[in-house]
Amino acid sequence: MFLNFLFASIKAGTPLLFGTTGEIMTEKTGNINLGVEGMMFMGAFMGFYTGYHTGSLALALLAAFGIGVVAALIYAVVTVTFMANQNVAGLTLTIFGIGFGKFFGEAMIGKAGGSPKLSEEFMASISEKPLPVLGNLPVIGKLLFSHNPLVYLSILVAVLCTIYMLRTRAGLNMRAVGENPAAADATGINVTLVKYIHILLGGGICGLGGAYLSLINGGGIWNNSSVVNGQGWISVALVIFASWNPVKAIFGSLIFGAFSVLQFYVPKDVIVIPNAFYVMLPFLITTMVLIITSMKKSKEGSQPAGCGVNYFREER
Amino acid sequence: MSNSEDKIKREPLLRVAKKAEISVSKTMGLTLLALALAIVAGGIFLLVIGQNPFKVYGTIVHGAWRSKLAIQGTIKIAIPLLIASLGITLAFQMKFWNIGAEGQIIMGGIFASYFALFFDQLPHTILLLIMFLAGMVGGGLWGLIPAYFKTKFGTNETLFTLMLNYIALYTIKFLTEGPWHDPESSGFPKIASFTPNARLDKIFGVHAGWLIGLILVLVVYIYIRFTKHGYEISVVGESVNTARYAGMNVKKIMMRTMFLSGAICGIAGMTQVSGAAYTLGEGVAGGVGFTAITVAWLSKLNPVVILIVTVLFSMLEKGCSVMQSAFGLSAATSGILQGIILFFVLAFDFFTRYRFILRKGRKA
Repeated sequence: MFLNFLFASIKAGTPLLFGTTGEIMTEKTGNINLGVEGMMFMGAFMGFYTGYHTGSLALALLAAFGIGVVAALIYAVVTVTFMANQNVAGLTLTIFGIGFGKFFGEAMIGKAGGSPKLSEEFMASISEKPLPVLGNLPVIGKLLFSHNPLVYLSILVAVLCTIYMLRTRAGLNMRAVGENPAAADATGINVTLVKYIHILLGGGICGLGGAYLSLINGGGIWNNSSVVNGQGWISVALVIFASWNPVKAIFGSLIFGAFSVLQFYVPKDVIVIPNAFYVMLPFLITTMVLIITSMKKSKEGSQPAGCGVNYFREER
Repeated sequence: MSNSEDKIKREPLLRVAKKAEISVSKTMGLTLLALALAIVAGGIFLLVIGQNPFKVYGTIVHGAWRSKLAIQGTIKIAIPLLIASLGITLAFQMKFWNIGAEGQIIMGGIFASYFALFFDQLPHTILLLIMFLAGMVGGGLWGLIPAYFKTKFGTNETLFTLMLNYIALYTIKFLTEGPWHDPESSGFPKIASFTPNARLDKIFGVHAGWLIGLILVLVVYIYIRFTKHGYEISVVGESVNTARYAGMNVKKIMMRTMFLSGAICGIAGMTQVSGAAYTLGEGVAGGVGFTAITVAWLSKLNPVVILIVTVLFSMLEKGCSVMQSAFGLSAATSGILQGIILFFVLAFDFFTRYRFILRKGRKA
């Protein structure tokens, strides 16, 4: 029972991990993109649509990543090049992305004459199966090594992003741009280019999170109304909870995932807690984390200093 | 010589320079140009998916205004959007990035619903007045919380207000499933409908929220332009330090303004529950709080322009609802078109503040 609960938590946390990792990459370069929900919706549609027509998981993921990049490109052009308000641009991307996903989702339903369903072979390629050798281990084998392939991909992406951010020169440059673009510019870093690269990369990763939602959570059937359903916003919250570190986001997504499935596992005859409380919990905790980090006034684990402010050379 | 040639090589093809402030009419002209381009871009999108853009646009406009019922529907969509945009304006004028209109609308709705559900034996006018005030207090408090922490600890308001949206939303879920659950609806989670006594009166066939909204346009306009408070807000927005040197109590101004910003959004919540839905449901805000932010920004925080943009957006929304029957297209078209318009106007705003300078020829 407890094992099942943990297993379900990992599964529920994975799309959040994608979204969070993507948003961390974006925010670390000094841009807050509130369009995660929209980018995820676009990724969800593109991933499903491609998977539905080609039957290839790799192509589906590529398409989801690609549409995330395109969506983030719009955001980047508007905020980095045209220096528009980041909050407003992000919200616009959310409105646009949800509109895009629903629009083409409905068109897809119309063409298929009902809810489109992924093929058996495709579902087999994303099914949960134990890894060779590791999957046969007792307890751990079931808990950690018997997931669908996207779960491993999300962790791989998070770890790679952390190593990149904290251990490479390019990552250092990116963090410098996020904290103090003027200083970064003075050292010869191309601020605009760095911002573009990471916003686009972040958007692509968010798109993958969307693909997870439509391919795995949707059970192979396209659901137009509730495919993303606020997961993008939870991802934005998780960025704070994980204090802008993708590795911490792995554990954070596990915890947030646990909250979202907790209500199905708490024995109702023992503890009676309203369901609403479980879904509210991630946001309550995130708010607490936000307040506490600001009280400590620590630079560590708080939002990058340049976040939300567009960089204009002549104003430094 | 070679040195100067080197410099020319290094100068980028395009560079950006700040513009002197430009006139209002020029700004308006640029915005209209952006709007026109957005409509063309939307038309290209429609063309690509195999539709006649003229026909679709025509249907949208016609769909929003074709009958008395349609017009009433359009206005009904406009009411919460207008009121919430006005609320946002106060906070944004102060450069306090209040992303929490959604939550403030909800809290206003919850507070107002409390009186509608449990004090419905009060005389009609008094009850509505109390609900109105309760809505303001609910939304106001929800706006005050992040302002308090911002002034006290410098807590990031964007993220804080964002979180509060969801806490508010799930408070409705809690009330629906628990304490305020309608006993007559047995298993289905739902809050009881308000008695007619707690419903907002209709004026010309639409609930009185539209009148409240129009009055608020005037009130907010005067408050920002002609009062000491309004002046203080804009000084804090320009520079917190300037405000401090001038002897203003920045903390007090911030908290007061955020209370008012939230309170106005709370009014939107009150009119929604008592004028439109006659009950409290999870869809009470339904994304209006987010759209309101884009509307307020698009209107350059000018209450009169907000009124115009709100009508435009509501027309788009209402007009797109007939897309399904007319073209077999999703009503979500409105989201796409709204997005395109906003992106264009956001990007074009650049030209009111900056200009591009092309690299000069070799001679320079």
